[in-house]
Amino acid sequence: MKFLLSNPGDVLELFVQHVGLSFISMLIAILIAIPLGYFLYYRRKLAGPVLGVLGMFYTIPSIALIIMLIPFFGLNRTSVIVALIIYCQVILVRNVLAGLDGIDPAVIEAAQGTGMSRWQIAWRVQMPLALPVILAGLRIASISAIAISAVGAKFGAGGLGKLLFDGINQTRMDKIALGAVLVAMLALGVNAGLRALEERITGRWAT
Amino acid sequence: MTAIRFEHVSKTYNNAEEASVVDVSLEVEKGSFVVLLGPSGCGKTTLLKMVNRLHEPTAGTIYMDNVDIREMLLTDLRRQIGYVIQQVGLFPHMTVARNISVVPELLGWEQPRIDARIDELLALIGMAPENFRDRYPAQLSGGQQQRIGLARALAADPKLMLMDEPFGAIDAINRETLQDEMISLQQKLHKTILFVTHDVDEALKLADKIVIMREGSVVQYASPCDILMAPANDFVANLMNSDDRIRQLSMLLAETVMEPLPEEKVWQNAPTLDSKADLRMALSVLLRPGIEGAVVVNQLERVGWLSMKALQAAGCNMEATT
Repeated sequence: MKFLLSNPGDVLELFVQHVGLSFISMLIAILIAIPLGYFLYYRRKLAGPVLGVLGMFYTIPSIALIIMLIPFFGLNRTSVIVALIIYCQVILVRNVLAGLDGIDPAVIEAAQGTGMSRWQIAWRVQMPLALPVILAGLRIASISAIAISAVGAKFGAGGLGKLLFDGINQTRMDKIALGAVLVAMLALGVNAGLRALEERITGRWAT
Repeated sequence: MTAIRFEHVSKTYNNAEEASVVDVSLEVEKGSFVVLLGPSGCGKTTLLKMVNRLHEPTAGTIYMDNVDIREMLLTDLRRQIGYVIQQVGLFPHMTVARNISVVPELLGWEQPRIDARIDELLALIGMAPENFRDRYPAQLSGGQQQRIGLARALAADPKLMLMDEPFGAIDAINRETLQDEMISLQQKLHKTILFVTHDVDEALKLADKIVIMREGSVVQYASPCDILMAPANDFVANLMNSDDRIRQLSMLLAETVMEPLPEEKVWQNAPTLDSKADLRMALSVLLRPGIEGAVVVNQLERVGWLSMKALQAAGCNMEATT
């Protein structure tokens, strides 16, 4: 508490770095996962193998994954971001697929019957209907990303992890506690926010 | 004028040994209500879905207004065709109004025109616009959903309607109501309609002409009356239950077999029957105990007399009277 009160600016900066790291990773990850999910939806045979490979990445411990990426991207933020993107793909892609699969085939047939193009069906029908399930995946992925981002401090990505590692090095319990509490609060906040969004979307039209 | 023409159309699905549709040639008149009837697996739905190219024929050609449908842009073709399916398939995330406006929007109509069309269609299907415009499909009953499905298909005033067992999942009472509404809609709109069903009574009730299909081929293509009177073979006879005189009676209207009104003491206590009522209904009236006949009325005016004797004569001389 004393540390926070005496250095509010520094803590805020680390907090913003942490949010930024998680946010940019999730943004890029979802922009990859949605087209990939669509692709696998129409190329069913590839879904199993691709999800298998993505699932394998998920089993690699996050620190190990980041270290493996350092030769390619250097000891910096980029390696951490790439690791987060790879790490979360399996969750996101699986949810994109599940969201698309959950749509009543009759709705898709009706959409084709109205004369929508494939893009129009994707954008106006499939995307909004799959969105609640995709958001649920994004919520789980974001929580993982926020937790793993803490490790990123070790690799020069900054963020709240810096408080934790500094605390360990300096045996400062207050820094460790502050870092842990802030990471947890961030994860809980994002969880609540995305859940509220999911409910808002489905609440309007579902029974 | 021919609206739709099938020329030697065949379809074999990938991995299927037998063809689903075998060498079908048919002409559908503009403004006629044509029902595709047959047991499940006879190819009627496949034939229907080749018209809006949800399935592609493996051989043969389909023409709409004398244009090969493969020469049109797929999306353009479909925007000219209203499509109604058994599972309805309303867009659950869109309100009733937005569901109806899908095709007009795709066609680039101005918003005021779309809004006016929505209200017009909701009124046409008997749903008050102010009550239903902003509801979501999940807030509607099955029958209401299919009415909206119908309104969505009619939205851009399509040349052709394809209806795939549209009332098949609706309970018997609502189904009859929807069929009656369909008849009065068609009297107003004069659409060319292709309608798939396996329900013989539904086909008899709605069709101007019936296409009877079996194992991918057309067995008979004729008016309901002709099919009942002269089934092409035993399969048609069995399917239509042609021996069933009662069913045949439903093809005739009271006014076509009524006699002149006799003296007043004969009919003063008799029940009345609408001139447009079919003879099946007349029979149920006449079967009540102590009834000799019914007064046929047309808009409160007594126009004739229908006795049991005349009904029997009609039943025996179906061919002569139709």
